Amino acid sequence: MKRGFTILAIVTGLLLAFGFYKALAPLDWPLGTPTEQTMGYVQRIFYYHVSSAWTALVLFAINFVSSIVFLVKRNEKADIVALAAAELGVVFCTVVLVTGPIWARPVWGIWWDPADIRLNSTLALWLIYVSYLVLRRFSTSSKTAVIAAVWAIFGALDVPFVFFSIWFFRTQHPSPVIAQGGSLDPRMWITVLINWAAFLSLAWLVGWTRYRLEVAERKVDEAEALESLLEGSQ
Amino acid sequence: MSFLATTRATLEKDVRLEWRSKDAINGMLFFSLLVGVIFSYAFEPTAEESRQIAGGLVWVAVLFAAVVALNQTWARELRNQVLDAYRVSPAPGNPLFLAKAVGNFMFVSVLEALMTLLFIVFYKLRPLGPGWQLLPIALLGTWALVVNGTFFAAVSLRTRSREIMLPVLLFPLSIPALIGMVKGTTAILTGADSARFYIALLVAYDVVFTTACLLLFDTVLEAE
Amino acid sequence: MTPDPHHHFLIAAYVATWAIHGTYLFILARKSARLRREMEKLKK
Repeated sequence: MKRGFTILAIVTGLLLAFGFYKALAPLDWPLGTPTEQTMGYVQRIFYYHVSSAWTALVLFAINFVSSIVFLVKRNEKADIVALAAAELGVVFCTVVLVTGPIWARPVWGIWWDPADIRLNSTLALWLIYVSYLVLRRFSTSSKTAVIAAVWAIFGALDVPFVFFSIWFFRTQHPSPVIAQGGSLDPRMWITVLINWAAFLSLAWLVGWTRYRLEVAERKVDEAEALESLLEGSQ
Repeated sequence: MSFLATTRATLEKDVRLEWRSKDAINGMLFFSLLVGVIFSYAFEPTAEESRQIAGGLVWVAVLFAAVVALNQTWARELRNQVLDAYRVSPAPGNPLFLAKAVGNFMFVSVLEALMTLLFIVFYKLRPLGPGWQLLPIALLGTWALVVNGTFFAAVSLRTRSREIMLPVLLFPLSIPALIGMVKGTTAILTGADSARFYIALLVAYDVVFTTACLLLFDTVLEAE
Repeated sequence: MTPDPHHHFLIAAYVATWAIHGTYLFILARKSARLRREMEKLKK
């Protein structure tokens, strides 16, 4: 177990470093990535922005699946995976929502476009999963996990609706912003994929840590409850 | 007792109880009136502008009034320990849920009608598009808010800051429905676009979430 | 490398990304420390 964790940590570090290098190194550096024509050097935010978005989606999918598994099997491990995945998903989603406007400002001239389907869908997703975490924190029920799992399902069902509602609104009201059209240079694709792999690895590493932390915390809570029970009976 | 019969019985009981305690109804009606008046002082648009923003104003006002109404919904059940009785009995919880949801729907619709009337008067609203389409939007949209709202009001019962928990859960979930309601209403008022897609969106949303609520209500009821 | 007029935004984006991840890791570290203290208390 310990050795697997160490290997994962090393792999994560290497991938992150390499991804970072490739994202920022211009073409005339070894293994560099071409600079985008219209947007210039600032376009390189894209490599962190998009890979974080894809990682967040993977994490929310994990939360959805483990919530269903928990409801069906009532296996506590599934519940802890759901919790860790949701927390990490919110972290990566926050990165997307922060880097998005930072990228938009120089390229579009505005911080936020209400008709932009991707950023607005991401915002709705962020709201849903933050409320999931709030529900877990504020619940006083002894079956918090069950209620949270039900909420996760509702949240996941909502996602396609969010997407389509904004999509339709957008087709009726064309965005003031020119969408980033055209296909991607294959060398840029490689950089995106490397950074995606790096963030997935990071998510796995930190998620694993969060999982172990939660297991330990629950054991401690149980022990403390037992202790106060014993003290009370004396 | 059959499903529908149980639902109807519960609904009748609820309506009777609400009617007897007229305080709640009067309080909510007055609240709706106040919301309408405050909005009319806060926003003084021209006739053209009012058609652009009225959709948003009405539905936001309805959303907040609905949350206040929904929060009361389970409070009485909690007081009388009705939920505990349901949990112990072998009967499924769905008739209870449906009765509550339909009761809330009727209640919120009344508030909505009042607020809409106020907005029409204050903003001199006149739809430039097919006005009859406003009815399906109103019905579908209200059900969208109420069905999820009733479900999550039950979920919020076992949380700290219960009153805040309902909007915290309901608002993010309702974003697509709100977009449908607001943009649909605006489309009809301004006559600029067709509201047909928004109506279809609301139908799909209502079907999916009503099914989800009915399937998962017992799970939530047991998890207390 | 030719200087880019928008490179402040690029730096801000990368710094923000790592600040957000760093904050979460910091929160986890604090949780872990608190847990360790509680475990010590229980052992006594």
